[in-house]
Amino acid sequence: MKTLVLVEHDNASVKDATLAVVTAAGKLGEVHLLVAGKGCAGVADAAAKIAGVGKVHLADDAAYEHQLPENVAPLVAELMGHHDAFLAPATTTGKNIAPRVAALLDVMQISEIIGIEGDKTFTRPIYAGNAIATVESSDPKLVITVRGTAFDKASSEGGSGTVEAVAATGDSGLSSFVGSELAKSERPELTSAKVIVSGGRALKDADTFKEVILPLADKLNAGVGASRAAVDAGYVPNDYQVGQTGKIVAPEVYIAVGISGAIQHLAGMKDSKTIIAINKDEDAPIFQVADIGLVGDLFKIVPELTGKL
Amino acid sequence: MKILVPVKRVIDYNVKPRVKADGSGVDLANVKMSMNPFDEIAVEEALRLKEKGAATEVIVVSIGPAKATETLRTGLAMGADRAIHVAVDDGVEVEPLAVAKILKGIADAESPGLVILGKQAIDDDSNQTGQMLAALMGRPQGTFANTVAVEGDHVVVKREIDGGLETVKLAMPAIVTTDLRLNEPRYASLPNIMKAKSKPLDSKTPADFGVDIAPRLKTLKVAEPPVRQAGVKVADVDELVAKMKALGIA
Ligand SMILES: Cc1cc2nc3c(=O)[nH]c(=O)nc-3n(C[C@@H](O)[C@H](O)[C@H](O)COP(=O)(O)OP(=O)(O)OC[C@H]3O[C@@H](n4cnc5c(N)ncnc54)[C@H](O)[C@@H]3O)c2cc1C
Ligand SMILES: Cc1cc2nc3c(=O)[nH]c(=O)nc-3n(C[C@H](O)[C@H](O)[C@H](O)COP(=O)(O)OP(=O)(O)OC[C@H]3O[C@@H](n4cnc5c(N)ncnc54)[C@H](O)[C@@H]3O)c2cc1C
Repeated sequence: MKTLVLVEHDNASVKDATLAVVTAAGKLGEVHLLVAGKGCAGVADAAAKIAGVGKVHLADDAAYEHQLPENVAPLVAELMGHHDAFLAPATTTGKNIAPRVAALLDVMQISEIIGIEGDKTFTRPIYAGNAIATVESSDPKLVITVRGTAFDKASSEGGSGTVEAVAATGDSGLSSFVGSELAKSERPELTSAKVIVSGGRALKDADTFKEVILPLADKLNAGVGASRAAVDAGYVPNDYQVGQTGKIVAPEVYIAVGISGAIQHLAGMKDSKTIIAINKDEDAPIFQVADIGLVGDLFKIVPELTGKL
Repeated sequence: MKILVPVKRVIDYNVKPRVKADGSGVDLANVKMSMNPFDEIAVEEALRLKEKGAATEVIVVSIGPAKATETLRTGLAMGADRAIHVAVDDGVEVEPLAVAKILKGIADAESPGLVILGKQAIDDDSNQTGQMLAALMGRPQGTFANTVAVEGDHVVVKREIDGGLETVKLAMPAIVTTDLRLNEPRYASLPNIMKAKSKPLDSKTPADFGVDIAPRLKTLKVAEPPVRQAGVKVADVDELVAKMKALGIA
């Protein structure tokens, strides 16, 4: 089988999310990559070095600068003339583009796979991870998004792929990029952090969240996450949300502070290797999944913990 | 301008889903069902656009068994003007691609300026239908919307993305999918629930739109995920620090 993997990048470097998808694609067959962007030749060169990669298709055109799905999906659909499976990371970029490709190909997408059971058979979580479905596709081509935490990352070195330029399919004229507000942070990204400290509604407000959670995260060189309640209340920006409808994370250690453990939150973090929970309610559901729990007032515990580390 | 809002009847988000013993699916018998929360946000956004004068009519659509009409009545009680029910037999699951094809048929007939969907249904968590509909209609998409503003014949959508927020400008007709922060949906008042009973509700079938709903994916089995065991509770911070040291993170 010939697979085509969408490389996630910012026109400067390959994002880590790509690497797990390469591993998944490698289980299906030959791995080709697509780098669509503007001024992104350097990305294609770096992508060619990912272990296990064959060809890298480079589509360098202003229409692809911001990954607008109206422009990228037709390009992918055309390349799918010579490939059997399209795989994208289950990031907001992948989720935006892949279903559009699927519809252009008249294929039913398989979302957020966590396992590959055969050429056409995959496992995926449904109902906020409370059930795992095994599904088999009957379509002639596959369109798949891959959950990054479920596959090992391919090595970004050691590959010897070849870069081949492909012609752009043009600008649809339907959409344009206006601007973005990207969080600038020195902290590890949530989806690749080894340790994550997450805060919930109990953190009261944005200032308290900063005062209590950030020093602990700094001590542990941790990424910072939050429950939906904390995001909705404006303590932290939307991209901090961990859960069914936010980010799916699986760090070595996840520390939940003042988070009750609603199923929607658990869906995003229960594959973490070790879960530590700090909550004043000893019956909080988070303790049912926590490896280590400490019952008590977070406003006493967290500063003390930060001091003693 | 008309706004079309597809709404799906799903397990209520407060219910913990249970896998059936025979592995054929999730047990939905006698389980509380509600409108998909993202679709409530979609209805709310459509109503606000109408209240601001940017739209003239809000149409809710659901594809599903007879019970899906309850979800449509909820949309009407929130304030939608009329409803379209595309009926399928009980127990028949319609995949996002087929849903998108039916919605395209409805959009062709109604010519809405906007179609506002949820970003994902909380049962199947596919996150596909809106994007597929946009592709089938050959129209632009603003997914995971945080704010929506109609400006003349364009709609400006601020999107929630992994790194923060991104704004795109789309030529209408356009497809929008809702994220959690777009708005806080209203509750239907009792008088409006009563009024909803007499609002028009059209009945259709997939065949009316020439859509074959035969599934492309076959569910071979549905299983419980591995369960995590609760671990230990520590007595104080010193004990916690010791445990964290043992894990090598302190
Ligand atoms: C255990 C299980 C087994 C299944 N087995 C099968 C099977 O054997 N065959 C099969 O065909 N399917 C099967 N399905 C899939 C079917 O249940 C889902 O309804 C379908 O995949 C839709 O996915 P989604 O709603 O998550 O789409 P999403 O793309 O997540 O939905 C996004 C938005 O699209 C709109 N939307 C989606 N569906 C509708 C609708 N019906 N009416 C109106 N608006 C809608 C809503 O605005 C919604 O917010 C199965 C699902 C489960 C959970
Ligand atoms: C469609 C939909 C999608 C959703 N998606 C997500 C998602 O992706 N991610 C997500 O997280 N949620 C999601 N939710 C929301 C989810 O249902 C919960 O509402 C949310 O996770 C609760 O956040 P919380 O634990 O911070 O708040 P709460 O449930 O209010 O819990 C606060 C906790 O803090 C504890 N506490 C209070 N004070 C102290 C103190 N001084 N010291 C120690 N502990 C204290 C309390 O005992 C309590 O357990 C979703 C909901 C819906 C309907």
